[in-house]
Amino acid sequence: MSKRPRIGVLYSRVRVEEKWIFAALDRRGIDYERLDDRLVHFDLDNPEPWRQYDAVLERTISYTNGLYACRIFNIWGIPTVNTAAVAEACGDKLITTALLAQANVPQPNSRVAFTPESALETIETMGYPVVLKPVVGSWGRLLAKVNDRDSAEAILEHKSVLGSVQHSVFYIQEYIEKPGRDIRSVVVGDKVITALYRKSPHWITNTARGGEGELCPVTPELEELSLKAAQAVGGGVLAVDVIEDPKRGLLVNEVNHTMEFHTLQPLSGIDIGDAIVGYTLEAAVKMGVEAGA
Amino acid sequence: MNAVSCPECEANIGLDPSVETGEILVCPDCGVDLEVIGLDPVKVELAPKEQEDWGE
Repeated sequence: MSKRPRIGVLYSRVRVEEKWIFAALDRRGIDYERLDDRLVHFDLDNPEPWRQYDAVLERTISYTNGLYACRIFNIWGIPTVNTAAVAEACGDKLITTALLAQANVPQPNSRVAFTPESALETIETMGYPVVLKPVVGSWGRLLAKVNDRDSAEAILEHKSVLGSVQHSVFYIQEYIEKPGRDIRSVVVGDKVITALYRKSPHWITNTARGGEGELCPVTPELEELSLKAAQAVGGGVLAVDVIEDPKRGLLVNEVNHTMEFHTLQPLSGIDIGDAIVGYTLEAAVKMGVEAGA
Repeated sequence: MNAVSCPECEANIGLDPSVETGEILVCPDCGVDLEVIGLDPVKVELAPKEQEDWGE
């Protein structure tokens, strides 16, 4: 017998994106529950209380909390948007890069080393400038553009002495001289629903760091690249960040699995919150319930 | 309109009627992030400090 789906929304903060998602759930008349990740707890021997949810939409602000929650849900057979595998693939830049390379998605050249000495040797081989990035991190935090050997030595030493163990995984990316902007495209399932230019005179163009948004046309090239990148990491609801290389054209810089869209939704006029809800309901339907609303 | 006092600088902050528990407000006077922790009456406290793995 079919039943209407019940959705859990795992979140940390009610940002404007969560408000739009909750509003979309209300408008559709969906049975859902807000799950604050600071309050939930799991008895790993007893999945039953959680089986009331036909799907869980993961909107946590902490990558770690969201990833582990999705792992638990997925092991218990409860679908999540996105899946734990996709969260892991997107949340760790090293894994993202490896998967994009495997799928022949054009991207900046990136290399990895595990000691400051081998990282320095790698940087010298690549040539300056390069960008050092933490493998896990967002909002443009702790990115370092390395212009010469002196700064490379200083930054590598600081990372290895002051950072957590994870900062000794040295992720080194080719620096792309982009035209004062990058592109964020929004993929929901097999569609690119909109895209945004993020403009900034600074080389870090994240809107979280003050970059300004402007609507970007979804060209066939951008659409194809975005879908290919999304597929490479496992697919779902994803924001694909793209750099325009003057020589090689569009390159995928990263893929985000719990996207923020506070700039893009009003700019595009597209209800991205509702599109995310629609995709979550499809995930629930795949588990054998009927999306009645 | 509801209003709360900023726990950091005691500024009087006017609230939108649609304010929700869990929402983050920025104090217009001192700029600190505040989290809404209750609605009836509205209560706020200093929001948690940003962690290394926060983001999208």
